[in-house]
Amino acid sequence: MERSVMDLWVGIFVTAGIVALLVLGLKVGNASSINLSDSYKIYADFENIGGLKIRAPVKSAGVVVGRVDDIQFDNKRFQARVGLKIDKRYQFPKDTTASVLTSGLLGEQYIGLDGGGDEALLKDQDAIQLTQSAVVLEKLIGQFLSRAAEGGTGNNGK
Amino acid sequence: MLDRLQRGLRSVGHPVINGVWRLGYASRFFALTLLKSSLSFRRIRLTIREVYFTGALSLIIIVVSGLFVGMVLGLQGYETLQRYGSAEALGTLVALSLVRELGPVVAALLFASRAGSAMTAEIGLMKATEQISAMEMMAVDPIARVVGPRFWGGVISMPLLAAMFSAVGVFGGYLVGVVLIGVDSGAFWSQMQAAVDLQQDILNGVIKSFVFGVAVTAIALFEGYDAPPTAEGVSGATTRTVVTSSLAILALDFILTAFMFRGV
Repeated sequence: MERSVMDLWVGIFVTAGIVALLVLGLKVGNASSINLSDSYKIYADFENIGGLKIRAPVKSAGVVVGRVDDIQFDNKRFQARVGLKIDKRYQFPKDTTASVLTSGLLGEQYIGLDGGGDEALLKDQDAIQLTQSAVVLEKLIGQFLSRAAEGGTGNNGK
Repeated sequence: MLDRLQRGLRSVGHPVINGVWRLGYASRFFALTLLKSSLSFRRIRLTIREVYFTGALSLIIIVVSGLFVGMVLGLQGYETLQRYGSAEALGTLVALSLVRELGPVVAALLFASRAGSAMTAEIGLMKATEQISAMEMMAVDPIARVVGPRFWGGVISMPLLAAMFSAVGVFGGYLVGVVLIGVDSGAFWSQMQAAVDLQQDILNGVIKSFVFGVAVTAIALFEGYDAPPTAEGVSGATTRTVVTSSLAILALDFILTAFMFRGV
């Protein structure tokens, strides 16, 4: 069994295919962006998470520090329990606030972490105490309408 | 009256029974190909030869079409996106449409018309010139020796071709969007990387192209093997290969997409 020119072409073809797959994975996809093998997990309970999805980014000061790992429903307290995987390089104090935010007007939802002043740091499997829920547009409009209605009757009364 | 009814029933029943019969034969053929595929790996040179004919020789058409499809996506996407003032999302649009849909589907359609039709014609002619019967006479199993290596060659080539199509297409979109029109290069790549998920998008695209590869090669080989051994029969089988496998690709694409992207 000796080598032939055909083998060279097949080799070129297979190499080109694997290179294309690597380019798709590394350059087009986000495989290289954050390595979550070195991470710790913390939890945050929200009244309402809006449209938050698994694998959504966790940002602090606009920098991606982790990803949403799982979302569960706590049937005792009727709250959403969100598990966050945070990169080991970033440590946050115990009184960190977690809030569900939206990037841009129509963008995807993500979790924002705002560090507090506590000396003690969050450890693996800890839960964040201070949370802020997602803004639900219908509730906001409802509040606005009821306030406008109240204001309207108030003015009439005067 | 009764005669006409009988004739009507016959004209419906015959194609249906014939179709089901053929489908059963095709399934048995496919199962036999899988069962007897050990030879394709024991004598890997046979398979490599088929990877050369189906894959390496399709390289040019795949790369050129991918480039043009990406460039058209860049132009059209820019036209639409800039109306909403979000031309920076061009990278996302180009990459997602290529990796999820256009890459696997268009590459598979090209593969069916370039490599699939050639496979059918080759096997059909081998049968017409009684090479297949000659192999059987020499106690060489034609399914293991002729069909198996071609099947695996096609199945190996298809995902690689689709990946090349997508990668070249993204480059084409970059050429038109960034180099020609002047969309910001950083926004183009960073928005693309933020939106394209390794598992959700790229892996699903590879799975799609693998399924298309199995479907196209199985259809092409069966049509060739089942072709009537005449010039007319071979030409009809070649046409049927392209038509059936194109329809199969599009139908399978819908089913796979429905399973993969359910708005989760």
